[in-house]
Amino acid sequence: MAISFDLTENTLYSRAYYHDVALKQMRPISRKYDDEEHAFPQEWVDFFWKHGRKGPQGGPTDGPSDGFVRVCVQAEELCWGDAGLYLRMPTPALGGSAVSAAGSKEQRKRFLSRFNEPEGTPCWGAMAITEPGAGSDAAAIETTARLDGDEWVLNGTKIFCTAGEGASEAEGGFVVVWATLDRSAGRAGIKSFVVPAGTPGMKLVGLERKLGIRVSDTATLVFEDCRVPRENLLGREEVKQRKSGADSSAGKPGFKGAMATFDASRPIVAAMAVGVGRASLDFVKEELSRQGFAIRYDAPRYDQGAIERDVIEMEAQLQAARLLTWRAASMMTRGIPNSLEASMAKAKAGLVVTEITQKAVEILGPPGYSRKLMVEKWMRDAKINDIYEGTQQINQLIVARRILGYSSGQLR
Amino acid sequence: MIDFQPTEEQQLIIEVVRQFAGNELRPIARDCSELREIPAKVLAQAHELGLVATSIEESHGGGGERCAVTGCLIAEELAHADLALALAILSPALIALPVCDLGSEEQKSAHLPAFTRSQFVPGSLAVVEPDIRFDPLAPRTRARAQDGGFVLDGTKCFVPWLEGGTQVIVIAATERGPRPFLISRDCPGLSVVPERNMGIDALPTVELTLEGVFAPADALLGPDDDRAVRSLIDRGRVGLAATAIGVARAAYEVALEYAKEREAFGAPIATKQAIAFKLADMAIEIDGARLLVWEAAWKLDQGDTVTREATLAHCQARRVALEVADGAVQVLGGHGYIREYLPELHLRNARGFAAFEALALV
Ligand SMILES: Cc1cc2nc3c(=O)[nH]c(=O)nc-3n(C[C@H](O)[C@H](O)[C@H](O)COP(=O)(O)OP(=O)(O)OC[C@H]3O[C@@H](n4cnc5c(N)ncnc54)[C@H](O)[C@@H]3O)c2cc1C
Repeated sequence: MAISFDLTENTLYSRAYYHDVALKQMRPISRKYDDEEHAFPQEWVDFFWKHGRKGPQGGPTDGPSDGFVRVCVQAEELCWGDAGLYLRMPTPALGGSAVSAAGSKEQRKRFLSRFNEPEGTPCWGAMAITEPGAGSDAAAIETTARLDGDEWVLNGTKIFCTAGEGASEAEGGFVVVWATLDRSAGRAGIKSFVVPAGTPGMKLVGLERKLGIRVSDTATLVFEDCRVPRENLLGREEVKQRKSGADSSAGKPGFKGAMATFDASRPIVAAMAVGVGRASLDFVKEELSRQGFAIRYDAPRYDQGAIERDVIEMEAQLQAARLLTWRAASMMTRGIPNSLEASMAKAKAGLVVTEITQKAVEILGPPGYSRKLMVEKWMRDAKINDIYEGTQQINQLIVARRILGYSSGQLR
Repeated sequence: MIDFQPTEEQQLIIEVVRQFAGNELRPIARDCSELREIPAKVLAQAHELGLVATSIEESHGGGGERCAVTGCLIAEELAHADLALALAILSPALIALPVCDLGSEEQKSAHLPAFTRSQFVPGSLAVVEPDIRFDPLAPRTRARAQDGGFVLDGTKCFVPWLEGGTQVIVIAATERGPRPFLISRDCPGLSVVPERNMGIDALPTVELTLEGVFAPADALLGPDDDRAVRSLIDRGRVGLAATAIGVARAAYEVALEYAKEREAFGAPIATKQAIAFKLADMAIEIDGARLLVWEAAWKLDQGDTVTREATLAHCQARRVALEVADGAVQVLGGHGYIREYLPELHLRNARGFAAFEALALV
């Protein structure tokens, strides 16, 4: 192997395909669904279910593959189109990552194959961890699961569940719910359960009104004696009792197993962030060039204008975030542990795109603030990347623990 | 295919350079800085590693393995031990590499062999000028065509000037734009005054004054247009950016170790988020900037023009070096301000990246 920044033929082909989707399918309806919060984007969902999910047809199939980097490239492209519509795509999404990471082969088949079948109606996957009293501190969740005969009985309230409307209602979909079997066991007592859409006892009680990504359905789900089959638990049933002090020995499929989902999802969220940031930056550069203003990369510092410096800084920051993302993804492809690098990418991308999109509004002057242009929307959309999948601070915490060799007890 | 793994050979080179830097350079860095001198023995030892000679074409006695990515890996490792020592050790490149890139066969035959022999011969490159409005592509130093050659006038600064060097490359403006000239250090009309700067103290540098210095026609390096200087600056920024990563990493590591040892309020300061998060940000910023440097270097190796990438990498790396070095001083508190600890040296060195515009290190 050798250091290389060449995307493979098939990544380029697929990037071109998704760019076209972003441009022709997403951008034209982007403003509409930002205005009409909670409206169902029928045309987008239909397009994606009929065509988009199959991905590019034809194109190079053999030859080397960028593996997981390619997934990141696709996410960037689609979020360059519209990050909210990306989250509304009928896919297993984060719920799928959880099933893939912690589920058995049988479970993967049972819950995921539906998404690839040519027939059927659109469906969604979702992941429900967050509760009113537990966000960053996921180990503090209070939703309970209790075994009754051959069924798990779930009780509790989940908030901020992305795609929660689709996943809880549309047939074929599912919500992966985190619940505790034994609160006294702490993290070790936490397990995840697949709750199929339409399961009695799972109720959609509301959708959030948000700063951005408004077309994404962010749901509150209540579970009242919600029963799922025993085989819907992901990973092992038994609760390993906490050893005194240390938490390093928690069984893999337990809390740690569930957390491993983030090693895959954080690079994707980082890539999504980069997509939104790039949308703003591309627009700024196009607009500046339309005004006859070219960025001179070779101009001496004293002679560069403030805007030129800003744009160069934005480009460098965005590219640093993108490369950190690709690095984490490429480690994933090779099966190299990447929690540290995934958190680095997420922390960096979340922060820089927040700054870049805010700067873009500033650079564009009065029009930048107007809803006639999209940059104000991209600024609102971008901010979520600094919050979900672990806030900026939580990812800093993870990076800090790793580089210092501290446990979660030593650095809280 | 996207890949972030150095080749096995590169990993081997990193290992060798890292060991040398850790054993031979790091321990003397502080003393070299205080005494403002570098033991000739260390330069000779480093020279034996053949770090520059490897890049020189085989037909001129070198190793024929020119690779900007490898060059960046080496530059980072050396600068991680000490920036001044790194620049001194790599100084032969300041002449050898531009001659490889731009020189005619005659120029190569005349100047390259000096750098492939067993004796260490330093090089010199004069880019920067003592001027607030300095522009590397529009230097005030002039080269007027005269008598079948050129006459150079002007003042340069931050010119590495180690003992034993015989040549210097000077960037000067002709009527048709900036050009590099390779001239002898003892030309009549050329005079030097040793400099004292805020940092990088161990590296001897001079302010170089040229008064009616005659350069024969064959002193001109490269094609008779802007490309020569542009590529020299682009490459020079990438190489310098790689050393900035080394400085940042050195400061970060000192801070990290210190933070785990130092106790305040009954616990290591690293257990406080204000410190731990600062360290996390340093790690993230260093890795991000390094990848920008690698990307620019990789593009150089593809034969592409890298003005944009070099600028992005250079801007990012020098910002990160300064911020990380400053952060390291902060993590050490009052001790960070004391010359017994390294971060203050890292901080003074890191600010130097604002002055040294470009050095042909890779
Ligand atoms: C639009 C949207 C979509 C979402 N989608 C999902 C989803 O699909 N599934 C899901 O389960 N959740 C989802 N979330 C929830 C999201 O992951 C949480 O909001 C996030 O993890 C933060 O939790 P919190 O809101 O409770 O904030 P808190 O945990 O209360 O944090 C508040 C502040 O304190 C900081 N903080 C907390 N702990 C520490 C610490 N130890 N050190 C330093 N600072 C700390 C945080 O960084 C933050 O700044 C979504 C949220 C939103 C807004």
